[in-house]
Amino acid sequence: MNAEALRAFWDEFSESRISVAALAVVLAIVAAAVCAPLITPQDPYDLGNLSLSDARRPPGFVGSKGYAHVLGTDAQGRDLYSAILYGLRISLQMGLVAGAIALSIGGTLGIVAAYFGGRIETLIMRIVDLQLSFPAILLALVLAALLGQGKTQLVSALVAAQYAYFARTAFGAASAERRKDYVEAAAATPLSGSRIVFRHLLPNSLPPLIVVATVQVANAISLEATLSFLGLGLPPTEPSLGMLIANGFQYMMSGRYWISVYPGIALIILIVAINLVGDQIRDQLNPRLRR
Amino acid sequence: MSEGFLTIREVSKRFAPQLGLGDRIAARLGGAVEARAVQAVSEVSLTIRRGEALGLVGESGCGKSTLGRVVAGILPPSGGEVRLEQEPVMANGRKTTTRIQTVFQDPFASLDPRMRIGETITEGPLAHGLVKAAEAGSFARRWLETVGLDPDFVTRYPHQFSGGQRQRVAIARALAMAPDVLVCDEPVASLDVSIQAQIVNLFLRLRRELELTMLFISHDLGVVRHLCERVAVMYLGRIVELGPTGEVYAAPKHPYTRALIEAVPKLSGGGAAFRPIAGEIPSPLDPPTACAFHPRCPLAIARCRIERPALREVEPGRRAACHRAEEVSPAA
Repeated sequence: MNAEALRAFWDEFSESRISVAALAVVLAIVAAAVCAPLITPQDPYDLGNLSLSDARRPPGFVGSKGYAHVLGTDAQGRDLYSAILYGLRISLQMGLVAGAIALSIGGTLGIVAAYFGGRIETLIMRIVDLQLSFPAILLALVLAALLGQGKTQLVSALVAAQYAYFARTAFGAASAERRKDYVEAAAATPLSGSRIVFRHLLPNSLPPLIVVATVQVANAISLEATLSFLGLGLPPTEPSLGMLIANGFQYMMSGRYWISVYPGIALIILIVAINLVGDQIRDQLNPRLRR
Repeated sequence: MSEGFLTIREVSKRFAPQLGLGDRIAARLGGAVEARAVQAVSEVSLTIRRGEALGLVGESGCGKSTLGRVVAGILPPSGGEVRLEQEPVMANGRKTTTRIQTVFQDPFASLDPRMRIGETITEGPLAHGLVKAAEAGSFARRWLETVGLDPDFVTRYPHQFSGGQRQRVAIARALAMAPDVLVCDEPVASLDVSIQAQIVNLFLRLRRELELTMLFISHDLGVVRHLCERVAVMYLGRIVELGPTGEVYAAPKHPYTRALIEAVPKLSGGGAAFRPIAGEIPSPLDPPTACAFHPRCPLAIARCRIERPALREVEPGRRAACHRAEEVSPAA
């Protein structure tokens, strides 16, 4: 896509106020997560900073270190505002890394299946179909339980649960491109199969993949939160949003709502905002919805 | 025709739908599963001399594009083979020569929309080592100039061009591979008439300058007359007439050729003289027996329904596949 097309794309995107607002929210959250060490009073992963006397304090409580815990503290005495930003950091990191890996693996598989057809297509796409026929969370749960805790393991589980969506989308887009004359022209030159796949089919199949990627990053984040909530995600020393929610869950009924609710709100805002941006991009790239 | 440069020998192309798993199981169990195969090209033999332009004409669906794709090495033939100076064009379903290049019908589809045209032109030559990476820029500019475009267009994308300009880019892409043979599949059919003339003239000039051999596929008899020394007329997958363009147009030896020529609307003579060929082109799924043209032929006799006429020499240099070739009257 060149600069001119990008500008036209942005002009159309900016016509929708909700989408612009959603994009601003996503960017703000990303910026806050990236700058978390600079704008938070506490490093929630450094156990030396935590004081149990500050545990389970309500929002606004001024702790032993002399600053206010604007969103309260959790059961270990972590400042929730800091923990949420650090948690967002991990969630975004997991979502983006898993999304990018799933995009490259799934996208390549789908395009290769579309290009070669025949048995290769049958093999790849039936495995993908099989996997799409049961819920991603189930596969992620089984894998997370088998592989154990840790970032690498978690990303592997997320990728395994999500690549199939990319493969399906890439296959659909590349099958349509495959039949166009420019692919035939490339084959008639002749150019090698890998060149046709990566230089011609891939760039032309990218728009729908980008749409799926935005939505799948949001899904990866919520999947990671779910796994962490169920205790299969990251180690408790580095709580992600899901684990913060899980940790606070047992105190919900005792009136200490803030431990679960604030991380939950942060998670919802992030996922809703990413989905709104993704929906707008999808509508813009879908020529059938064009006015 | 001993000096065959490009030899098409008994080429057939059959498209058989692939049976699904269910159908295959049914067939294995003895069910009556019918795979309706289309015989697009049947045992076509042609030779093209070095430097010659051969026109291939016929109605839509007669198999001329399929034959062109087989010659260009895009589709493997089901039977027979295509050789360029004794070298096979394809081996194991893959094209093995770069000496035959193709210009496609629709310039809006045949250029990769996400590739700058400079790269579109240099991609093949770079991949085959015909040009060094350092010289690719000036190489692309030179080719744009050769086909009559501004060399500064190299950084543009296809959507920034009109149909005629795009077709020039497609021609530059094909010629940049330094081919001996250019297969043109209806290269002007999707262009405006005024642009058509420009592109035809471009072909004429490039042919002369580059000593190209051409297979020019078209349903437009006028374009073929302009560009080609010889013409082959195709009907339902077979060549029905072959000869020098001028002679074939003046005195066709096959009733189908005659009907084709008469179906071209004329400006002279006043009034609408348009006379379509009687009947529809038969389905290639279920072609008529013997001579495929007999259901529409004004000269058909009983023999035409029983015995398929061979493509025989009617006059020196003229071939026709008709039992009554000698009785075909000149086109009106």
